Amino acid sequence: MHELSIALSMIEMACEEAERRGDARVQALHLKLGMLSGVVKDALLFSYEVACNGTPLEGSQLLIEDVPVVIYCSQCEAEQQLDSIQRFCCPVCGTLSSDVVKGRELEFVAMEIEADDQAEPAEPRRETNLAGAFMSS
Amino acid sequence: MRTQPRLVEVRQNVLKQNDVLARSLRRRFETAGVYVISLVSSPGAGKTTLLEQTLTRLREGGYRVAALVGDLATENDAARLARSQAPVKQIITGTVCHLDATMVEHSLDGWELGDLDCLFIENVGNMVCPSSYDLGENLRIVLMSVTEGEDKPLKYPTIFNTADVTLLTKMDLAAAVEFDRDTAHRSIQSVRPGMQVLEVSAKTGAGFDNFLGFLESRMGARAVSKSGGKPAFLTASK
Repeated sequence: MHELSIALSMIEMACEEAERRGDARVQALHLKLGMLSGVVKDALLFSYEVACNGTPLEGSQLLIEDVPVVIYCSQCEAEQQLDSIQRFCCPVCGTLSSDVVKGRELEFVAMEIEADDQAEPAEPRRETNLAGAFMSS
Repeated sequence: MRTQPRLVEVRQNVLKQNDVLARSLRRRFETAGVYVISLVSSPGAGKTTLLEQTLTRLREGGYRVAALVGDLATENDAARLARSQAPVKQIITGTVCHLDATMVEHSLDGWELGDLDCLFIENVGNMVCPSSYDLGENLRIVLMSVTEGEDKPLKYPTIFNTADVTLLTKMDLAAAVEFDRDTAHRSIQSVRPGMQVLEVSAKTGAGFDNFLGFLESRMGARAVSKSGGKPAFLTASK
């Protein structure tokens, strides 16, 4: 289970972003989670709540958007959404495809904040230093 | 004064730091001319036995090889692999269930990559977490032993989907455990159409010539084509 390390990374990224915006209060984080990301949604939600304790994000929400797997079908010449990640074939024509277009996402998309009117970031976005802590199951 | 809540765009991969480091490792490996292969599987699928034989055979063939091996605890696997006479380092992860690019980078300290043709990275035995972490490897091999059940790929589609080739291991036990080869191949092709599958027995040596030939062809292909130097999960059309 590596969901806790993922949660810690997100929290660190969010804390840095909030700090840059004048210690804005973070209400929610938005995450896109692909079906092929290797991350389990429920485990991540649980880890997030635990990991938020004692941080400025305590009480904030993690809002997860599930991203289904989309493959490119060479027969249809189109992107098609898979019905099941146990069967990588086009749901329209049945052609097999390993060409994954969407579904590997683990993307911190946005966050909801409350901030002072005037508080805007003073400098351009820089690389975020992620948490280095990991846990196993 | 506080305002109403508003939405701030972030748009960053949560594993960005790992991905950035993995890309830099991949460039470093390429510059040094070393081909990097990672092995993933469940615990007990036969990674270490396979790797010990592979290191020995490649060394006999004149290749300069080395290995990193990840485990939660003990240096037992490094000791086993060292019997091949190849340079080996153990990465003890403590409570961590996977290797990441930082661990790989740290464990390279003291090694001259230019002196190697091929570096193997044996991941922690785990069919879930390792799939999320790019290690900078050129090729990811997933092992599945005949004792594990033919539907393993259907249960763990993500790890099979991020790997480039499947090795069916312990083929010497296939008859004893009534391994259904056709069903296993169908399961693999269902989650990863077109995936190459090789069958080996590290114990009897069956299939090993074929496997080593495959590795040599991949190493050779990388030498002439940069596109052959990335695992499949990085070359999809996204």
